[in-house]
Amino acid sequence: MQRIGVFVCWCGSNIAGTVDVKAVSEALGREPGVVYSINYQYMCSEAGQNLVKDAIRDQKLTGVVICSCSPRMHEATFRKAAASAGLNPYMVEIANIREQCSWIHKDMATATEKAIILGRAAIAKVQLNAPLTAGESPVTKRALVIGGGIAGIQTALDVAEAGFEVDIVEKEPTIGGKMTQLDKTFPTLDCAACILTPKMVDCAQNENITIFSYSEVQEVKGFVGNFRVKIKKKARYVDETKCTGCGLCTEKCPQKKVPNAFNLGLDTRRAIYIPFAQAVPKVATIDPDYCNMLKNGKCGVCAKVCTAGAINYQQQDEIIEREYGAIVVATGYNPIKLDNFEEYAYSQSPDVVTSLEFERLTNAAGPTSGTLLRPSDGKHPHTIVFVQCVGSRDTSGCGKPYCSKICCMYTAKHAMLTREKYPDTDVYVFYIDVRTPGKNFDEFYRRAVEEYGVHYIKGMVGKVTPRADGKLSVQASDLISNEQLHIDADLVVLAAAIEPDKTARSLGTMLTASMDTNDFFTEAHPKLRPVESPTAGIFLSGVCQGPKDIPETVSQAGAAAAKVIGLLAKNKLTCNPCVAHSDEWMCNGCSSCEKVCPYGAITYLDKEFRMPDRTVAIRRVASVNEAVCQGCGACTVACPSGAMDLKGFSNRQIMAEVDAICKE
Amino acid sequence: MQAAMISRAKELLQGGQVQRVLGWKTGEFVYDITPAVFQSVEELEAEFVYNDFCGNNLSKYLIKESRQPGKVLVFLKPCDTYSFNQLVKEHRILRDNVYVIGVPCEGKTDGETLKAAGVRGILGLQAQGDRFLVETLYGSQELEKAQALPERCQNCKSKKHVAYDELMGEEGQVLQSGRFDMVEKLEAMTPDERFNFWRGELSRCIRCNACRNVCPACSCEKCVFDNDNSGVAQKAAANSFEENMFHIIRAFHVAGRCTDCGECSRVCPQNIPLHLLNRKFIKDIDTFYGDYQAGEDTESRAPLTNYTEGDVEPSIVYQRGGN
Repeated sequence: MQRIGVFVCWCGSNIAGTVDVKAVSEALGREPGVVYSINYQYMCSEAGQNLVKDAIRDQKLTGVVICSCSPRMHEATFRKAAASAGLNPYMVEIANIREQCSWIHKDMATATEKAIILGRAAIAKVQLNAPLTAGESPVTKRALVIGGGIAGIQTALDVAEAGFEVDIVEKEPTIGGKMTQLDKTFPTLDCAACILTPKMVDCAQNENITIFSYSEVQEVKGFVGNFRVKIKKKARYVDETKCTGCGLCTEKCPQKKVPNAFNLGLDTRRAIYIPFAQAVPKVATIDPDYCNMLKNGKCGVCAKVCTAGAINYQQQDEIIEREYGAIVVATGYNPIKLDNFEEYAYSQSPDVVTSLEFERLTNAAGPTSGTLLRPSDGKHPHTIVFVQCVGSRDTSGCGKPYCSKICCMYTAKHAMLTREKYPDTDVYVFYIDVRTPGKNFDEFYRRAVEEYGVHYIKGMVGKVTPRADGKLSVQASDLISNEQLHIDADLVVLAAAIEPDKTARSLGTMLTASMDTNDFFTEAHPKLRPVESPTAGIFLSGVCQGPKDIPETVSQAGAAAAKVIGLLAKNKLTCNPCVAHSDEWMCNGCSSCEKVCPYGAITYLDKEFRMPDRTVAIRRVASVNEAVCQGCGACTVACPSGAMDLKGFSNRQIMAEVDAICKE
Repeated sequence: MQAAMISRAKELLQGGQVQRVLGWKTGEFVYDITPAVFQSVEELEAEFVYNDFCGNNLSKYLIKESRQPGKVLVFLKPCDTYSFNQLVKEHRILRDNVYVIGVPCEGKTDGETLKAAGVRGILGLQAQGDRFLVETLYGSQELEKAQALPERCQNCKSKKHVAYDELMGEEGQVLQSGRFDMVEKLEAMTPDERFNFWRGELSRCIRCNACRNVCPACSCEKCVFDNDNSGVAQKAAANSFEENMFHIIRAFHVAGRCTDCGECSRVCPQNIPLHLLNRKFIKDIDTFYGDYQAGEDTESRAPLTNYTEGDVEPSIVYQRGGN
């Protein structure tokens, strides 16, 4: 029989406000095996921890139950306290009477009853606990950054700067991400390329950074400190080591009608291309969907003109396997598709553009060399209507329920720059709210209104109708003066909501990193651990975690780097001793556990057994590699005979908890 | 067919290709067929039978037989080969030690089914097309197969052998059967009706363990119900409701591995339609993860121990109103 101590925490009024903590400690004190039961205001405080330590020594406790907050919060704290008092830390169980009880109930009587039941379950479990000893696992001192936008670049640079190796995997032919497509950046209006491209070059030149461009993560195995990742390097049909980036092939290629993705299809490029002048790596890529040579074997112009002999039509996808200690997700975003917003006539008129397309139309490296011209007739637009919140803050189901956060500011930027360059244009901005929290943000917006005379109108655009004369008839409402407006516009710019990149969902599955309903990665704690995924060793950088502007992305990227550096600086990680083990006498050797193990921790051995009838039998049995097992418990569920069990969470312990809860 | 099987078995036994033969022999009554191992030609000639009562699935016996010295010859009907494959897949049967001869099957009846159809004093049985000619103490009696075959054979899922070293007779096809019709009826019930249906059926259980002992998927080294440490062993004894849980737990244990051979319902002395529990799982697996037939091969991964991104989310249960 264990000698169990029960410690009921008030958590100030967090628990005590709804749960009668005195009644709980009294009731649990009467449970079999409990020799000591007490309640205290803040059990996690030093004084509270001392209560636990003293009781362990004085009462000779063999097991401890803390009724407090979630074990995610303070399990480690109390395990440490127990260890310092000489008790095995795995003899501590937490009953979560805060998140799972006091916070979700209003009635004190029922909440108290439930707290007692939860305490009883923990007592029932600790009765069956056994001391466990944690092992250690090594740390691979290399980080993987998935996504080479500004978030990934900044994280990679910071980690590399600390002396660790970093690989960047970027699915496009060049790193740089969305920021390369922008013109100016708010609120200081410096040119995006001017501040980004030096960082891209730094990445290429840093000897600790390896860039896998035009590559995708295909498989992730392992766990914190010891990830094994398969990277698919897609065939670009150009030998990266030979190509000098001279660009001759991209001029001579006869296939001229390829929509230029970098300019969002506003112009065309060749089948062999370098996305933009400052691309890193500056290496050409052949688009297999358009290349005549790859499609029907007729052409070969690029190979003829390439003096470096870099063209290789036979190139195949290559799988590279690398090991990492930490993985940073920096997969970024895309503007949403506007199929659900036909009222804005985006698909009907080339003069209705998204804000990102507007960036390209005003960018010196864009299709119009920076002169703002209408895509339909190449004429200068005189009336421009900006529509905010296209698909953002939309609870109708057509768009996204969240605020995309960056649109208010970039729209103010677009409006201001348009008025600055073309004072003869009338600029209207339709908004629900203007949101400008950020350093120098509101000042920026006010400048647009006050100095540049942009017409800000609170209200939404109801319909945009392309007219035969080329104008766009914009119907809108002005909520402040309560009137209907009709504007004849030359150009309509839609601030489309942003959403996580489509690859995020499958990547989240590969990494077993949790995501929210909008496919943004979830952070381990929204306030206190904002750059870590709940999955150990996975870190979050940039918009993949939630909408952000560039300053915020860069700070978060640096924060993620700091966490990665903290991890990689360790030589050893303490393993979780709550791992699976197999009772060989019961094992059928059926391989169910091996198939479900996400970590590859289970192997099978043919082992000799002396059977009860004194014969010797060779039996196939499962064997767990404890250094690799992460204690997820999938095998224990798959095992038909119950041979597989989890230390610290054995089937018996869980059944004991269930029985304690169901007991009348 | 029986004569041909005996002759082939003798050949293999005498040639030394196999050391034992796993087949069937008749028990006290003509319809009491039991699985049997034959070590010699004499034994084969004296006792080996293959007739319309040989419903027993022999696959499970290979777990033990394939671990004996030498090679064992086994005769498997189409539906038995699914169980065979599943057990090979789970490394329970050592494939190399078994020589499989696939034998045709036009449906196997049993004493219980014939008695339920009103036949008494059974002395013999002969199939004639879609009819059975039953010889009884009181003279001959003709029955339509539709009336005289158990449900599992009326809804035969396959006449194709999915595993064999040698085939006797013609190879059949996988069939379209109405085997999920009754499951659909149960699904259409209200939860209360369904609960009462199962309470009624399972209340007859006498815990003889026949269903478990015959089930090819129930082949654990030590069954959880015999293991005091499993935490469910006592689930059969606490009260009548917990006793019913025996079958629910068993259905969960064989989920994704059950080939729907129907042996559980065949051997139940209380005529509980146990196969319906398994079929519900099979139907759900088909719906949620794409058509899957356990035992169809020895390589493919089973949906319940395999994860793909296309898998349904658990919320499907809520969307379907708890069904």
